[in-house]
Amino acid sequence: MEIRVRDLWKAYGGVTVLQGVNFAAGPGVTCIMAPSGAGKTTLLRVLLGLEAADRGVAEGAENCRWAAVFQEDRLLEHLDAAGNLRFVLGRDYEAEKAAALLAELGLGNTDGKAVREFSGGMRRRLALARALLAKSDALALDEPFAGLDAEIRERARECLRRRAGERPVLLVTHSPEDAAGLGAEIVRLPGGLRHCGE
Amino acid sequence: MAQRKAALRPWAVAVWLLAWQLGAMALAAVYPHGGLLLASPAASLARLGELAATAAFWRAVGWSACRILGGFLLSCLTAAVFAALASRYAWVRELLLPPVAAVKATPVASFIILALVWLDGSRLPLFIAFLMVFPTVYLNLLEGICQTDRKLLEMARVFRVPLSRRLWGIYLPQVLPYFRSAASLGLGLCWKAGVAAEVIGLPGGSMGERLYTAKIYFQTPDLFAWTAAIVAVSVVFERLFLKLVDAVAGKAAQWKFG
Repeated sequence: MEIRVRDLWKAYGGVTVLQGVNFAAGPGVTCIMAPSGAGKTTLLRVLLGLEAADRGVAEGAENCRWAAVFQEDRLLEHLDAAGNLRFVLGRDYEAEKAAALLAELGLGNTDGKAVREFSGGMRRRLALARALLAKSDALALDEPFAGLDAEIRERARECLRRRAGERPVLLVTHSPEDAAGLGAEIVRLPGGLRHCGE
Repeated sequence: MAQRKAALRPWAVAVWLLAWQLGAMALAAVYPHGGLLLASPAASLARLGELAATAAFWRAVGWSACRILGGFLLSCLTAAVFAALASRYAWVRELLLPPVAAVKATPVASFIILALVWLDGSRLPLFIAFLMVFPTVYLNLLEGICQTDRKLLEMARVFRVPLSRRLWGIYLPQVLPYFRSAASLGLGLCWKAGVAAEVIGLPGGSMGERLYTAKIYFQTPDLFAWTAAIVAVSVVFERLFLKLVDAVAGKAAQWKFG
């Protein structure tokens, strides 16, 4: 499985966000690094099919079954951790497997606790667990380790390393340690927004 | 400055009941047929007790409840379907706007008299209850659906979550509070409009017909007793229905997907 992005362009109201992006992501982790506002999140949204590109292609992305960690956690606040996993996994939910991953991520003792009572870091880890457990061909992770302390961050990276398997993982991060810790390929997007005509 | 919502206090109710009782007594004292003009709360309550002991009373309650609540439920169902369609297609929203605005602005009596041209009296309460409730429930549901968290819907789309799970997990918890407030408003409205339709259309065996008969024969205690019965039945059904909505909301919150 490979995602091949060729000459991808995207602009919003005269502001060009993606400026001819090219890269290929095979099995393993590919880190997308760029300054803030350079279009990392937009790139993931285009690949996930949530936005249409103005120009260019993303081969392999259209028919790919994605799992994602979004920029925001996007969890169902009224449900507990297991409820959120069940919502996405449905009949594929395996209680033991889910419990093991939640425990690995330090969310072992949250049974029955609604997500609205979770801390920011707990929510982030649950969003990561959801993406790792969902059936998918590829993963799109938008700063999945944001807000985690060093120890938990390392634990989360380890989970990702072991569970990503042969799937391509597109990881948006500002942290060179994440890229190094995951042995990732690095794709750098050209920085800064550009107004059309510049 | 935020205003404090006043609760219904027993002492305040007692003061007004006392004023009513004293007014009825004063009228009876200065006017020989004062009791015909204003029955006392005690006489009305006694009459309500007598009526409640008869099968005819409960038949009338059942008759009206079936039609008025039937109209309410039919309206909720139709409003839900149209709100779902309107949230998806702008042309449905635009198409429904004129009739919804017209129903909201037109006096209920106009609709009742107009509907009497087309329908017989027994179908009138159902139709009027349906008509009066529809705009409230439709507009509230549409607002609820439009306010549903787009980001959660995107998440569900990316993870290919089926529609049934999206309904239970995302739509229902976010739309139910809107439906609850619309239902609370609509239940009060449908009883008021439905009984008005019965009073004008005079379908045999309805609560509205009994109310009208009491007025014709100057049976003022009956008039108050039937009015109290209508208010009580309306409140009971509102409480029961809202309990049902809360139970569904609770179920949605505890739903085990998969």
